[in-house]
Amino acid sequence: MASATFSIWRGQAGQGKHNKYTTEFSEGMVVLDVIHKIQAEQANDMAVRWNCKAGKCGSCSAEINGMPKLMCMTRMNQLDLSKPVTIEPMKAFPSIKDLVTDVSWNFRVKKQIKKFKPRPPDAPDGSWRMSQEDVDRVQEFRKCIECFLCQDVCHVLREHQLHDEFVGPRFFVYIAALEMHPLDTEDRISELAKAKGIGYCNITKCCTTVCPESITITDNAIIPLKERVVDEFYDPLKRLFRMFRR
Amino acid sequence: MAEYQKFEHDVLIIGAGGAGLRAAIEASAEGVKVGLVCKSLLGKAHTVMAEGGIAAALATVNAADNWKVHFADTMRGGQYINVWRMAEIHAKEAPTCVRELEAWGAVFDRTKQGDILQRNFGGHRYPRLAHVGDRTGLEMIRTLQDHGIHQGIDVHMECTVISLLKEGNRVVGAFGYDRQRGRFLLFQARAIVVATGGVGRAYKITSNSWEYTGDGHALAYNAGADLMDMEFVQFHPTGMIWPLSVAGILVTEGVRGEGGVLRNKEGRRFMFDDIPESYRHQTADNEEEGWRYCQGDKNARRPPELLTRDHVARCIVREVKEGRGSPHGGVFLDISWIKERISNAPDHIRKKLPSMYHQFKQLADLDITTTPMEVGPTTHYIMGGVRVDAETQMSSVPGLFAAGECAAGLHGANRLGGNSLSDLLVFGKRAGKFAAAFAKEHSFGSINSDQVESLARWALEPFDRGAGSQPDGHGPYQIQYELQEKMQDLVGIVRTEQDMQRALHEIESLTQRAKKAGVQGNREYNSGWHTALDLANLLTVSEAITRAAIERKESRGGHFREDFQGKDKAFGELNIIVRRGPGGEMQIVRERIPPMPAELKQIIEEQQQ
Repeated sequence: MASATFSIWRGQAGQGKHNKYTTEFSEGMVVLDVIHKIQAEQANDMAVRWNCKAGKCGSCSAEINGMPKLMCMTRMNQLDLSKPVTIEPMKAFPSIKDLVTDVSWNFRVKKQIKKFKPRPPDAPDGSWRMSQEDVDRVQEFRKCIECFLCQDVCHVLREHQLHDEFVGPRFFVYIAALEMHPLDTEDRISELAKAKGIGYCNITKCCTTVCPESITITDNAIIPLKERVVDEFYDPLKRLFRMFRR
Repeated sequence: MAEYQKFEHDVLIIGAGGAGLRAAIEASAEGVKVGLVCKSLLGKAHTVMAEGGIAAALATVNAADNWKVHFADTMRGGQYINVWRMAEIHAKEAPTCVRELEAWGAVFDRTKQGDILQRNFGGHRYPRLAHVGDRTGLEMIRTLQDHGIHQGIDVHMECTVISLLKEGNRVVGAFGYDRQRGRFLLFQARAIVVATGGVGRAYKITSNSWEYTGDGHALAYNAGADLMDMEFVQFHPTGMIWPLSVAGILVTEGVRGEGGVLRNKEGRRFMFDDIPESYRHQTADNEEEGWRYCQGDKNARRPPELLTRDHVARCIVREVKEGRGSPHGGVFLDISWIKERISNAPDHIRKKLPSMYHQFKQLADLDITTTPMEVGPTTHYIMGGVRVDAETQMSSVPGLFAAGECAAGLHGANRLGGNSLSDLLVFGKRAGKFAAAFAKEHSFGSINSDQVESLARWALEPFDRGAGSQPDGHGPYQIQYELQEKMQDLVGIVRTEQDMQRALHEIESLTQRAKKAGVQGNREYNSGWHTALDLANLLTVSEAITRAAIERKESRGGHFREDFQGKDKAFGELNIIVRRGPGGEMQIVRERIPPMPAELKQIIEEQQQ
């Protein structure tokens, strides 16, 4: 067994400090295992959110040495253990306690996005036909596990705290999945520029970098959405057409 | 006086995985006010872990499939002690429920004709699992979640219910706490659905997360509802075994559905060595035929790797026990070998099994496109649960319904892969519908404030005792670990009377220790406190599993007795019921399975040919 020292942020409602814990770990352990070991042996009341421990539920998001990551998918042998490993809660959301943050804003944002509205069924039995090629891209977006690491890393939310004006990468991916769904008939493009604040994104691709599901958020979701907004609202011909329509 | 926040819902649903969400959607569609309690955040429940697919006889890949075949497969997989009416309803209604998901935005993998693609799975005669790569559960829960949030359902995230409240015979509410702030919550309801999933946390090696402490089982049992079939725990044959820290994490059966094979350390495909009589005529007797089956050859029979989970798990245990296991005490599961058969094998594997590829790459540093995986059995699912009426999902307590894993009946002695997701949809929907109907016919009951007071006192006792209260320094986590070790060792895949009597003894002593467990800190997001409270449920379900397993003196499905190795016809006509006696003691009752109607019997006979 090797040993490692962790510097874990402990506190409530934003008030707290880093506590150091030294513990042993065995081959193959991930950061979440070590956190659990410390919790069971040294800090019973330490707050940490987790569920599946297999990178599928997106609960154990945190910042490991400053990088937004899933604790269950970060192996100990990927870390520099010559100095204490810092574990901190996500910074883009209000702190509740220790490593747990209040992510309820994300759930409220989602509720405001217009729901899926399919075209009438293609077959008399009420079913639809779609080819695999047409759903490939949507399936990429639907891999999202809602860990909110993309939201955490995004400077618009993290530094500028524009939560009221900008929905963040997660929900651009969500909107893209709906907009590019072969069956969907709803229009969400008109909201993207104003209510959803897509213009704030300046394509730094940080969200793509941290996505544990390797969704190409910026290239495949955000940029095509930006293009659709431009086509819809900044196309000179369409603008002229709209002027006359008024 | 305990302080609490009070909520009123016509229908309260406890649990927000597939069954709970589906029930909530259905109940709210019936026009009643619905409250949905989730132990975690919305959308994180264990349904996200389901990989392989949803079993439904859509017949998009093989036109020969229909509800009758699905019904017969389910009954045979469950060794005929299933509630046959549930198996019938399930097989008939599953296809509609899958189509419903598509109408709500789910994006399943497609056939060449653009319909929903279905894949092979253990115990299913035809390709029957509608799927999305190997992340079907995520697709399902997200679809239900994204549809449900627009239905006007009140969602209580990160809340745990510690007891149901009754007035006379009927349930009228529930008492619990919110995990974030530690405040008490009182829910008043006309009808309640428990959909809390399983009990995996009672075992050491498990694919289940911390949430699965048998809450619904224990809540219903303590409220006087019957539990049934508790001896039947499914040990999934393929969990990860190395590195140790990831032991138990599931490796989908889809790997075998796509052509993956099991080998022992001698390289032998040992599954060919032991094919049960009842499956012989449907199982390939050579490797060539097995491969053709996985490639969609309708004339080929299934490879033996796709036999039912109980059987495959026992074969793996046998190989390991007899010294033919892999270095870390499992066997090899190899999908990389298909490169001998198809040209673009690595791409194909990554496309068909993306999360398996990532899981092994990231957690075990192993590339499944080039190297065999090491796998072994992991506690996965409990077939037993709250005994419910087949049509309505109501338990033996009026107003209390159960759906999904925490309900019993559909799966009998062994669940077929893919039947759990369809179970959640079919019976979640029914539970929601009938709970709403019950709520419309009943008024709110009155809450017994003395009961609430004593529950609140009980819940805070761990703080009164404090962390230093136990001289040996054992806190809630250590008690939980010990219980898991005992259940794994004594009431695991291979059971004996002697071991299980010892287990009862251990459970009793752990129960006494749990009553003394103390915790430190305050009530806000205190995992130690949560663990201390969960212990009571874990101990109750562990005792129920053990007592039912002692009672069933035969081997059947997920229940294997070394001291009674064969099936016993007399037990084949019985379900074992667990009930709380008048003095609080656990009672075990044998009940005869009602006779199956002639037309269903005939279906089973026809399908055996």
